[in-house]
Amino acid sequence: MGRYLAGRLISTLVVLILVSFISFCIMQMVPGDPAQIMAGAAAPPDEVQRIREQFGLDQPFHVQMLRWYGGMLRGDLGTSITLSRSVVAAIVERLPSTVALAGFAFVLTLVFGLVAGVGAALKQDSWVDHTIMTLAVVGVSVPSFWIGLIMIIGFAVMVDWLPAGGYVTIAESPSGWFRSLILPSIALALLQMGLLARITRATMIEVLRQDFVRTAQAKGLSRWMVVGKHAFMNVMVPVVTVIGIVFSLLLSGSVVIETVFSIPGLGRLMATSIVTRDYPVIQGALLITAAMFVLINLAVDVLYAYLDPRIHYD
Amino acid sequence: MRIARHRMAMIGLVFCIAALLMALFADVLATHHPERTRLRDAFKGPSAEHVLGADHLGRDIWSRVVYGSRVSIGIGVATVVLTGLIGAAFGLLSGYFRNLDDPLMRIMDALMAFPGVMLAVAITAALGPSAVNVVIALTAVYVPRTARITRASVLVVREMDYVQAARALGAGHARIILRHILPNSLGPLVVQLTFVFAYAVLSEAALSFLGMGPPPPTPTWGNIISDGRDYLREAAWICLYPGLAISVTVLGLNLLGDGLRDVLDPRMKVTQG
Repeated sequence: MGRYLAGRLISTLVVLILVSFISFCIMQMVPGDPAQIMAGAAAPPDEVQRIREQFGLDQPFHVQMLRWYGGMLRGDLGTSITLSRSVVAAIVERLPSTVALAGFAFVLTLVFGLVAGVGAALKQDSWVDHTIMTLAVVGVSVPSFWIGLIMIIGFAVMVDWLPAGGYVTIAESPSGWFRSLILPSIALALLQMGLLARITRATMIEVLRQDFVRTAQAKGLSRWMVVGKHAFMNVMVPVVTVIGIVFSLLLSGSVVIETVFSIPGLGRLMATSIVTRDYPVIQGALLITAAMFVLINLAVDVLYAYLDPRIHYD
Repeated sequence: MRIARHRMAMIGLVFCIAALLMALFADVLATHHPERTRLRDAFKGPSAEHVLGADHLGRDIWSRVVYGSRVSIGIGVATVVLTGLIGAAFGLLSGYFRNLDDPLMRIMDALMAFPGVMLAVAITAALGPSAVNVVIALTAVYVPRTARITRASVLVVREMDYVQAARALGAGHARIILRHILPNSLGPLVVQLTFVFAYAVLSEAALSFLGMGPPPPTPTWGNIISDGRDYLREAAWICLYPGLAISVTVLGLNLLGDGLRDVLDPRMKVTQG
């Protein structure tokens, strides 16, 4: 256990350093003069020069890299070009609405994904199974932003049941907050729901074939006890491992979904920053989301090793 | 061919072929020039003249969707080819040469840590919006996952007796990798690349929707939806049909991928970031 943790920590650290390097390289990949592109084609030369100096773009590669890592260790990811505030402040400001949206979508994913997957597995090869699995594969095939727009047409344009977009903070109005998150979180959750339902079904079918399930049935336990206690607990193990992937997909989806529903979150910050070529914000958002993903995976693995003593690091 | 008896896979194949034919014969199928504006026709609903309606500039939606398939499917194919080559190479090297494994896989882990669309968006934002840059960005997103899957099967195949036998007979590394390991690791790779195609079409649509795809007036499925976003009330058809085209194509690829997995690699689970 101790050696496993040590190994896991070291590889996490290596990945974090690499993640940061890749984020740093985004600005280096810009063809031509990044300062000119950030300032805009019509900017006067002294403005371009000011930006070049501000971001150290006139320095050699290794100096820029040291600046980046040095800043990162102090919690400083630079300054936004368009928002006149630090990148960290801009991201922290927008985090709550993304967390709320992703949280809603995560709950939807977990509840409907698990129920659908277990239900399909228990009724394997029946019409229930076929219907659920068809819906699941459709769920992983439709673009989330398109479903979002279709839902806006259905629930906000044709009938005025839910807002077509915008975000209400929970402090302003709890019910408004809830209503503003319904459509976007459904649109965001569909892909992960389909994915989780498919994984859960496959795992459940495998678990139900195991000897200990047959033993439980043979000793006369009720169907509910067998499925609910013995089988389901074992299904949860692989499900825990996909939580990292689900989280990553939620953040990916938030870029388009927050754009469709005008939610002022991290995803929309990213989408507007690519239009304004605000590279420091793009770099910062990349780094922070990837670092969160790496740390969540670390936590999942540690939890996993704690729960299942058979796991060794190799 | 066991795949021919897989009903869902065959349905998927039909969808895929339909999308492919649409891209190949776009000039025959289109009724109008996809980029010609005609303000007189702006916001005209579906009619005999414009079967799927016209957009805010009077451009024919059917023709734009048909021509858009060229861009969307072309980007998908290019991404699959590049991802296949680079991902397989990394996977083979990593699985075969154990001292390369750790450094290569840590780089793959780092790339996989970024939410896929976010990384692709950042790369296209740096390189500039164009079809080629979208392919580069999507390749960067899907190579790590493909390399990991190839590596996993290489690790199994390299311990097989026939590989040991080839080595005992004095075969070189290149020969062992290309003649023995690659052909026997191909199943999971083919399955993975089918899914990469599906995800590439979805991600291309998202990038185009955000304005990071091939610049207008070139139609792509994603940017037609983006055009229609401001006119949901007056002209819902602008958004509706390109989205259907994406969904049907991706559904076809997913069904085909599921079928191929059942046939080629029954133990593989559905996990994809």
